[in-house]
Amino acid sequence: MADTVLYPERELKVVGTQPVRPDGVPKVTGLAQYGADFTLPGMLWGRILRSPHAHARIRAINTKKAEALPGVKAVITAADLPEQKFDYVGPERVAINFWHMTRNILAREKVLYEGHALAAVAATSKSIAEEALKLIEVDYEVLPHVIDVDEAMQPDAPLLFEDMITRGVQPPPTKPSNVSKRIEFKLGDVDKGFAAADEIVEASYKTKPVHQGYIEPHACLARFDTDGQAEVWSSSQGHFVVRTFTSRLVGMKVGDLRCHAAEIGGAFGGKTVVYVEPIAVVLSKKSGHPVKIMMSREEVFKASGPTSGASMTIKLGVMRDGRIVAAEGIFKYQAGAFPTSPVMNGCMCSFAPYDIANVRTIGYDVVCNRPKTVAYRAPGSPISAFAAESTMDLAARRIGMDPIEFRLKNIARPGSQTVWGAKLAHAGFAETLHALQKHPGYKAPLGKNQGRGVAAGYWFNGGGESSATVHVNEDGTVVVAEGSPDIGGSRASIALMAAETLGIPYENVRPIVADTNSVGYTQATGGSRVTYATGMTVINACNKVIDEMCVRAAKLWKVERADVIWEDGHARPAGKRAGEFEPLSFKAIAAKRTATGGPITASAAMNAEGQAPGFSAQFCDVEVDPDTGYVKILRYVAAQDVGRAIHPGYCEGQIHGGVVQGIGWALNEEYIYDRNGRMENPGFLDYRIPVASDVPMIEAIMVEVPNPNHPYGVKGVAEANIVPPTATIANAVHSATGLRLTDLPMSPPKVLAALDSARKR
Amino acid sequence: MSAMRYERPGTLEAAVALLSGATGAARVLAGGTDLLVQMRTGRIEPQLLVDCKDIPEMTAIVADDGGFRFGAATPCMALVEHEAFTKACPGVIDGVKLIGSIQVKGRASVGGNVCNASPAADSVPALIAAGAVATIIGPGGRRETRVENIATGPGKTSLARDEILVSLLVPRKPPHSADAYLRFTPRTEMDIAVVSAGVNLTLDRDGVCRKARVSLGAVAERALLVSEAGAALIGTTVDEAALEKLAAAAAAACKPIDDKRGTKAYRIKVAGVLARRAAQIALDRARKVN
Amino acid sequence: MAKHHVTATLNGSPVEFLCETQQTLLEVLRDELNLTGTKEGCATGDCGACSVTVGGRLVCSCLVLGAEVEGKRIETIEGMASGTELHPLQQKFLEHAALQCGICTPGMLIAARSLLERKPDPTEEEVRYWLAGNLCRCTGYNKIVDAVLAAAGEMRRA
Repeated sequence: MADTVLYPERELKVVGTQPVRPDGVPKVTGLAQYGADFTLPGMLWGRILRSPHAHARIRAINTKKAEALPGVKAVITAADLPEQKFDYVGPERVAINFWHMTRNILAREKVLYEGHALAAVAATSKSIAEEALKLIEVDYEVLPHVIDVDEAMQPDAPLLFEDMITRGVQPPPTKPSNVSKRIEFKLGDVDKGFAAADEIVEASYKTKPVHQGYIEPHACLARFDTDGQAEVWSSSQGHFVVRTFTSRLVGMKVGDLRCHAAEIGGAFGGKTVVYVEPIAVVLSKKSGHPVKIMMSREEVFKASGPTSGASMTIKLGVMRDGRIVAAEGIFKYQAGAFPTSPVMNGCMCSFAPYDIANVRTIGYDVVCNRPKTVAYRAPGSPISAFAAESTMDLAARRIGMDPIEFRLKNIARPGSQTVWGAKLAHAGFAETLHALQKHPGYKAPLGKNQGRGVAAGYWFNGGGESSATVHVNEDGTVVVAEGSPDIGGSRASIALMAAETLGIPYENVRPIVADTNSVGYTQATGGSRVTYATGMTVINACNKVIDEMCVRAAKLWKVERADVIWEDGHARPAGKRAGEFEPLSFKAIAAKRTATGGPITASAAMNAEGQAPGFSAQFCDVEVDPDTGYVKILRYVAAQDVGRAIHPGYCEGQIHGGVVQGIGWALNEEYIYDRNGRMENPGFLDYRIPVASDVPMIEAIMVEVPNPNHPYGVKGVAEANIVPPTATIANAVHSATGLRLTDLPMSPPKVLAALDSARKR
Repeated sequence: MSAMRYERPGTLEAAVALLSGATGAARVLAGGTDLLVQMRTGRIEPQLLVDCKDIPEMTAIVADDGGFRFGAATPCMALVEHEAFTKACPGVIDGVKLIGSIQVKGRASVGGNVCNASPAADSVPALIAAGAVATIIGPGGRRETRVENIATGPGKTSLARDEILVSLLVPRKPPHSADAYLRFTPRTEMDIAVVSAGVNLTLDRDGVCRKARVSLGAVAERALLVSEAGAALIGTTVDEAALEKLAAAAAAACKPIDDKRGTKAYRIKVAGVLARRAAQIALDRARKVN
Repeated sequence: MAKHHVTATLNGSPVEFLCETQQTLLEVLRDELNLTGTKEGCATGDCGACSVTVGGRLVCSCLVLGAEVEGKRIETIEGMASGTELHPLQQKFLEHAALQCGICTPGMLIAARSLLERKPDPTEEEVRYWLAGNLCRCTGYNKIVDAVLAAAGEMRRA
């Protein structure tokens, strides 16, 4: 972590207001263009053939009949993509292996899950493309499959990769398995800690994979020109990621691929990878026509997302005064069909809210015959937090302590040691718990069959690489070109910070998400990094603009640059020339552009560090129907440290949205499989995300403990909010029923079965 | 590519003739909220669609001897917004209101709900409890049958391939009668019944139950009319003991399966719970009407 | 087989199009008429992103065949503002930050307008139940419900 840079406190005029977002009007009039909304002359429709089997060897694929169908212009298989080297690249926490990635785009030796893509067609109409898929003949050798994580770890489990040796174990195992990786973090001496503890609480938990559930299916339009250059419009969290992955997977130069960020219809981590883009590019290359691909909702469920399901055990050693003296977690995460689940995050985040001297976390990354998992909002943390924060509740009950007091007793503060070695550099956790504790609802009486639960959650938040260019127009308005696809209102927060920095009205700043050829490299929108990192980049560019404005003013006044200062949106003569000239406004200097040296523009690029972690603490009240097992959310209060709310409305919105996703995860969302490993609920009817009538108004408490490393105190706000809900609700159900539910989702049949078996005892 | 014909006849006779003359698979199209989904997922590939919404009788709602007759293709929202119908048939409306979203109800018809023959159809237990009668037309003319005789199993009906369900009659209720329908779903809306119950009962002037019909959904291959459950209420004041017997009889009648929406054990248990709760609502309503 | 020739009224103006039998109104709007404001989220009637009105009734355009709208009056998001003036619902959605990604917004707006036409003074619960067929994954619904209630208030005062 970078050293703390303290920015002076200042009075803010624009930051903290709630204007209409710059991209708002086209989104309420239907004119905004999302991934599926682009067309080009001569465009074809692409469709993808997917495996009906959970696990099978591909003996042969015959595409002849499909190619012969009138209207079909191209048919491709994995043979049309170059082979990739087997190598894990990038930081371990998010390592990528292109050998795996290309096989997920189009299967090669085997199909590894139902819905696994293995061929694609481009045709002159949707119905012809659909018809062509039926004409592709695939000869499968169906293999035994494995869906559950604990079963996948059994020695006799069917192997997805016959040569996979677990990484992270010394000496390496001699036999292959479905365990891709083992990871361990240690702090202090847990065995000693447990030996000294007054009480030991231990429990095991399971969670199911859940899908990000964005309403917009993956979609893209690609055009490949005969000179080898190509252009892609797609719905993605990172068009630079689309460029990196697609160029690599297709085998073209990065500079030959121009990617545009379409408006994006939700993502939550699920659009940080590519699925359809490389296929559309190759279909376009082969057919000589632009190609559009839209996934169906069924394809979205079966072949994109979800995040991991897991099997976990937590052990806590506590003293009667409430101190936690030892904590241990074992986390087995499903990666899906290819390695790399967010288990490392799970290991790191599970106990991160607390200052515990002795901690050990062990993670297993396990492949199974399900779609490859991908990031989902605070990837990995909500899963381990369900286990850790449920056990925290059990521990608080054991020693008879209020759950917020118990957490406050152990809360991590600046200087606290994390299990991964770094020291916590930021305040905000205790402040957030205090804010939650003060909510009047926390002490409100509860009725029959009602209960209240509390949980907290940690997320790293992100910094990273961003680029931006600020252009000053002749009338004093400003265009900000930046590279972060805007999912939840980041153009608004960026425009607010630019306006504040430049000292001009918000409406005079027009931000755009520029394409890969129009702005410098920018990492994907993810990790709650955009308002922090891209925001800081834009602020830096704005400061360069201010400097240039001062240079121009100096020219106009014929004084030294050093004799000009920028104050309140104006250049003013200063020092020995103070008061000599009337201040020049931003607009006035902009108007003299030509005479003072030409276009006024400034770029900035950085790899932002110094981000502050996110923390959220929440309580909820539930009522459990003793006869049906239905859990009704009566009240939900979520406090979160937001650093500083740049646009309070969109900050709150992040908290509301994260909590409601967490409610779905807690109560109903899950992948359901039949005996053959086929998903039984690949649609919004039976994959039950919350509807408007399922939830109450979520009460968001924004706690502002500014991040001293950011000019406006920004901390990422998008993710920490989804970490606590599953445990918050499980803890509330415990309070209502006296029963501990350890298996997500807490769907009515499971709750009723638990109630019934308790009644029998 | 198989070309699909679309026809929109203006009379029942023309519609029946189209179905009789069809060479391949043919389907009647009312709201299409099940049909279009089944076509999209490839479960059925009809060669002929007969849209019957231009046939006046199939979308009319008319008072009929104190009861109501409505066209089988009437969109659910038209029923929900029909004040007199809503007042006369509260139990049926309970069911109709639960068929999908407002958008789905803007298209979906009760006739379609009946003919789609899902064991979980929300309007069906309510119609069965209400004693609703269906009018069916075919090449040989019209016939009438009780709603419980239409579905024969999941997706299967007793209608011949060239028969059309024309209308449904919810008969007039005797004094001090009312009905109610409840279902259980994990979400409050946009869900398919895991289990459901319709109860229709008639009290005498002393508040003693004289007639009762109880129907359960999603607990067997088709919605059940459970006479033992009705019998549990008859002759009682629908007191705690009667409700207990009703719940037991309802649970005993269930022949459910385990599936993605619920377990056998869950359905059996909750069938009793819902029958009881629906009976309580029907009772409260019956006490309020003369 | 020849395509169907369909004549209808779209956002107040006459429109003609050709479609195959299996083409839905959603596909006709997006692919044939280039009105992409109506969104596809599921194509099975479970998400409401494709909400439009046909003959004044709120429907999912993915569950209507193009051939069925002959002679009908269709209204989509593109016809919601009157000229350059936003509908109060559109304005309130903007002011209340009721959209994050915005993909559900056109359907939400069409559905909400249909509610307010029938019920100018809905309760929070009525708004939530009416909009239950419109999934939003971003907002947790808070600000959408707030915006609809605020628009209802403004429209009643107007």
